Amino acid sequence: MSTRKFGAPIKRNIDPRLLTGRGAFTDDINLPGVLHAAFVRSPFARARINGIDTSIAEQAEGVVAVYTCDNIGHLDIELPLLIPHPSMTKARTQRPLARGDVYYVGQTVAMVVAVDRYVAEDAAALVDVDYDPLDVELDLEQAIEDGAPLVHPTHPNNIAADFTQVSGDPEAAFAEAEHVTRIRVQVDRSTAAAMECRTVAARYDATRGELTVWDGTQAPLGVRGGLASIFGMDEDKVRVIAPDVGGGFGQKVMFPYPDELLVPHAAIQLGRPVKYIEDRRENFIGSNQERTQIHEIELFAKKTGEVIALRDNFLHDTGAFIPYGIAVAQVASTSIAGPYRIPNIHVRFRAVYTPTVPVTPYRGCGRPQACFAIERAMDQLAEELGIDRFEIRRRNLIRDEDFPYTREGLLFADGLRVKLDSGQYLKALDMARDAIGWNEFAAMQSRAADEGKSLGLGLAYYVEGTGLGPYEGGHVKIHPITGKVYVNTGLTSQGQGHDTVFAQIVSDQLGVKVEDVIVVEGDTGTFEWGVATFASRAAVVSGNAIHKTAVKVREQTIKAAANMLEADPLQVVLSDGYAEVPGTNRRVSLAAVATATNPLRYAFNSAAQAATQFASASRHDGPPLIDGQHPGLEATDYFSPECATWAYGVHAAIVEVDRETCRVDVKKYICIHDCGNMINPVIVDGQVMGGFAQGIGGALYERIEYDTDGNPTNANFVDFLIPYATEVPAIEISHLETPSPLNPLGVKGVGEAGCIAVGATLASGIEDALRPMGGAKFHKTPITPSMIFEAMAKA
Amino acid sequence: MSRHEHLERSIPSTSSDPTAEVTVTINGVTLTRQVSTRMLLSDFIRHGLRLTGTHVGCEHGVCGACTIMIDGRAARSCLTFAVQADGAEIRTIESEEKDDGTLSALQQAFQECHGLQCGYCTPGMIMNIRSHFDSGEELDLSDDGIRELISGNLCRCTGYANIVKAVRRAAELTGRA
Repeated sequence: MSTRKFGAPIKRNIDPRLLTGRGAFTDDINLPGVLHAAFVRSPFARARINGIDTSIAEQAEGVVAVYTCDNIGHLDIELPLLIPHPSMTKARTQRPLARGDVYYVGQTVAMVVAVDRYVAEDAAALVDVDYDPLDVELDLEQAIEDGAPLVHPTHPNNIAADFTQVSGDPEAAFAEAEHVTRIRVQVDRSTAAAMECRTVAARYDATRGELTVWDGTQAPLGVRGGLASIFGMDEDKVRVIAPDVGGGFGQKVMFPYPDELLVPHAAIQLGRPVKYIEDRRENFIGSNQERTQIHEIELFAKKTGEVIALRDNFLHDTGAFIPYGIAVAQVASTSIAGPYRIPNIHVRFRAVYTPTVPVTPYRGCGRPQACFAIERAMDQLAEELGIDRFEIRRRNLIRDEDFPYTREGLLFADGLRVKLDSGQYLKALDMARDAIGWNEFAAMQSRAADEGKSLGLGLAYYVEGTGLGPYEGGHVKIHPITGKVYVNTGLTSQGQGHDTVFAQIVSDQLGVKVEDVIVVEGDTGTFEWGVATFASRAAVVSGNAIHKTAVKVREQTIKAAANMLEADPLQVVLSDGYAEVPGTNRRVSLAAVATATNPLRYAFNSAAQAATQFASASRHDGPPLIDGQHPGLEATDYFSPECATWAYGVHAAIVEVDRETCRVDVKKYICIHDCGNMINPVIVDGQVMGGFAQGIGGALYERIEYDTDGNPTNANFVDFLIPYATEVPAIEISHLETPSPLNPLGVKGVGEAGCIAVGATLASGIEDALRPMGGAKFHKTPITPSMIFEAMAKA
Repeated sequence: MSRHEHLERSIPSTSSDPTAEVTVTINGVTLTRQVSTRMLLSDFIRHGLRLTGTHVGCEHGVCGACTIMIDGRAARSCLTFAVQADGAEIRTIESEEKDDGTLSALQQAFQECHGLQCGYCTPGMIMNIRSHFDSGEELDLSDDGIRELISGNLCRCTGYANIVKAVRRAAELTGRA
């Protein structure tokens, strides 16, 4: 039997293709005769449109068509509200092309289709739109005041949703508290900034009535559903393919963006392939973003530091529209108690419309904000009660014997209860304390102080609800010619290495090489049941579906092979592409087994001869395919989790703050991480490190800036500061592997882990470093040098 | 929609932008083409020559995804017009694998060290590193030195640590370390 592939640091199957430039991203796909789309976008945050004159643009040489809301027929609708929730009233979503009003700078107003992108972009500038600008309020707290300018006149005080969840009996617990700590914290807006911007290309085959769309999306099945529904087509006539996609991080799970409808529409209407390749500025002003929340959180504690209740009231910036419902805010509100045994929770949020790019999930999806709120509050409580920061957490963490720990009354983003399913929270905390060198830190800090340096230790704990349903599927087939194994699932990869981890899972069941398992995903023409890639769910939900399916194919294979080898099924072992009886010379290749299980009329190769009608093993006494059986070695199965599975971890850092330049130098950063059983530890570490780099961006550098008129002022890679290699410190990662009891593989998600706790950790560390300087407080990220300068001056 | 709508439209096949003749040697192949005078070199390579391994990330010269080598030096193909490359010798990611189709040491090291995830920034990253490897300059293979070396290329997936490892590993494999 070959060694187990689950848990091994297997090299990725996809890498040679990507490393040699053979990747096929949307804009790489050769579509002869393709036309290019460009958009006219609103230059105002809020304005009324008096008129749109497209006549000059239409006459420009090379222009094929110009679309506005007046000539897109059935597409001139409010786009779907993807995730309805009763807390929203008359939820607002945008139209593919603005009708009457615009609501943010960057909103699509018209689309030009031309022979190439150069001509299309030139012509877009020739579309003359007459706007009357309206007043705006960008400040979240001002926007909910009476009299503030309204984004949507339908929504007083700009409130898009108002939702409260309660666990336990918080009112009674508030009264029993011996100490209450209150803190106001804010996390600012950032953006996914995947290296590949969003893309869509479409081709319509009028003969067959089939629409094919290549879309750099995380949700090809969702896009197909949206297109079929809005275009009134049978789903079978719409094929959506997510080819290689250059990073997603949540921004590409939202659909349909206007281009995802308008490009296919133009392709159908013009009878030519059409594509739209978003540029970087458009990605900043036209593709969804996330993060701004302002939390006012209170912890009600005993003098011992034991927190008996939590109250949080927060504002969530949802931008100009709320197409993805309250998902981000709901994840934040249900993650607010973190890893702690806080039995009484009252959490309310209001989602607020602002005249800015709409807000939908970006990697983390509310978790970084919740972590920042609870962890900053926990640090403050520790300080007020004179308890060490590790110790106060130790006193409140969920203990091993408390699992599963359910927060009754709270529903997570999947509509199911919050049940922290497993973990070793106290052990992880101890590991973090040892790894960061807590015992030696005081001495190190005081030595540094003697040299005039400000050293601080930062700490934050996080939880990550992952692996949300409703379900995913798996399809596994052993190919009769090559013996290679084909695997399909409905979601899709943007760099996570699904093709390798899914192959590892299948390899263990079928005894084939990992590189002989060919995973094809992200193509609705290949597998048409499932949901999408989001919420760190692919390994959990598709992984387990594929595992269940591979177990079935294994059973079929062993049964058929035992028949061929005249052996007891219990004696048959699958290894290295063969079924064999160990200790004998009896063995048969999986290709031959797959061929033999498919009764054949025609012998197209030598293996196939054994499956034809006059071969010795063929039946002559009844139908070749027994009733109820299917030909070949193939199965499909599904996995639907009972609820999310909760990963967790601890981050700790030693930082030095330069008191002159206010630069933050991360001297050491450690992460203790537990996502259950790891399928591929190298890929897990890659996910953690990548998330960590985005966390560093959010903690110290990245903020989408708007001026008071609602104009984005840093919508490019020069002014919006994404960390380069020189800005991302080294991180030391250690793992615990506490299996999830909620799925057969015992796995939890990892996609968002790395980014969640970085802001809270560095704020904790910077505060610690500057404590001797008067106790400057850091309740907001990103923490820029000027914020540090001002905080030091104020302290 | 009308079955005759397409008859009403006369769709031109190419733009009427002025063109110029450009001769370049790309990955060892010398060729001459008429190109629009305002076409970016990145678009010429990707769409004119259908060498799509070079990717475009920002088109304002910051992210480094479109990095290629022009006359032996790393350059942003999105900040260069195709006509500016007339007479130049260009290398792209498509030249990196060996003639027998196996991966170069640099490519092997990226795979071995998990130095890529989505793979979008990777060709530009590799061409940048390649230009340093081939320049004959002394490489500073400390962590800080490698981070400095790749600091012209954004990556949003990996967090860079494994790219740093891959650079060092490639240097080892090729006797540079």
